[in-house]
Amino acid sequence: MVPLPLFLPFAELEVGQHLYWHVGGFQIHGQVFLSSWLVIGALLALVVAGTRNLGRDPRGVQNLLEFIWAYLRDLAREQIGEKAYRDWLPFIGTLFLFIFVSNWGGALVPWKLIHLPSGELGAPTADINTTIALALLVSLAYFYAGLSRKGFRYFEYYVEPTPIMLPFKIVEDFTKPLSLSFRLFGNILADELVVAVLAFLVPLVVPLPAMFLGLFTSAIQALIFATLAAYYIGEAVHEEQH
Amino acid sequence: MTSWLLLAAAGAPEGGLFDLDATLPLMAVQVVLLTFILNALFFRPVGKTVEERESYISTSRAEAKQQLAQTERLETDLRQQLREARQQAQATIVAAEQEMDRLYRSALAAAQAEANGSREAARLEIDSLRKQAEDSLNAEADRLGDLIVTRLLAAQ
Repeated sequence: MVPLPLFLPFAELEVGQHLYWHVGGFQIHGQVFLSSWLVIGALLALVVAGTRNLGRDPRGVQNLLEFIWAYLRDLAREQIGEKAYRDWLPFIGTLFLFIFVSNWGGALVPWKLIHLPSGELGAPTADINTTIALALLVSLAYFYAGLSRKGFRYFEYYVEPTPIMLPFKIVEDFTKPLSLSFRLFGNILADELVVAVLAFLVPLVVPLPAMFLGLFTSAIQALIFATLAAYYIGEAVHEEQH
Repeated sequence: MTSWLLLAAAGAPEGGLFDLDATLPLMAVQVVLLTFILNALFFRPVGKTVEERESYISTSRAEAKQQLAQTERLETDLRQQLREARQQAQATIVAAEQEMDRLYRSALAAAQAEANGSREAARLEIDSLRKQAEDSLNAEADRLGDLIVTRLLAAQ
């Protein structure tokens, strides 16, 4: 997977190389955590700068934060419904912001300037561990949402509208996190690879359209992930009209 | 997909695209922590601010609407009063005009009656004077006639 037949002096592609840290006998991917801390730091800096003096008349960064808040609120309210969206807005919003800033950070920050002993920095979402973690959190979230709102009546959802749906709905519980994680992982990794390959072949100008496409894809992927997460939660808390 | 997975796992025990390790749970914990931090720092305060503003706007709008309604009510009320006052003034004017007319007519009638009365009195006086004069003239004429008759008779 890793070695490419060409060895040119100015650019090389590294796929599947990781900077391993050993924490208490476990291996973790250091480059993922480094870039995710940068992402989280950027998010927190923005949030702290914007909420330092909240006022009734918004000014400066508060406008941006309120815009983001309203956008996420609309997303959550549309998918989850008027009754339950307040509980899940922070989760959906955090997913969106984390994925969005990760994706754009991976595309916009010149990580190549920082040399690591092994592997390279990039979007945290280009690592399968991150996306599976996020997808499993979504699974837990919708199970928790359904069970906490409806108790064991939640499992009626598996036999509605007919019991024939039971095997499909069970399979869905596995395909949901799988598709969520692989969609995000694949898109972001593919975008980074395309840009890297183009930059490897033609270092000037030619990768630019792919980079812009990558920014677009990154934003769309964050929106898709957050929307699907909200939709699954909404499906779990949805009350059938009897 | 399967062969690729196997290849990635078998070909590179240290590394590979699908290298799952402790990064996964730690990342999950990190995201959950981020959710709580962002909830405390971002979603709750911003949501509170926005909702406070929305309620402020809706209450101010309701108040403004109420005031507008009150103003309109006052306006119609005042218009009504104005109309009534105008009508009253009109009625007063008409009444005054009628009163004046009546007074004029009665004064005129009184003056005419007085004039007629004094003319009548004057006529009566004139008549009586004329009658007197006629009577006295007649008496004088009778006397003179008698005198003429007497003188003629005496001269024969």
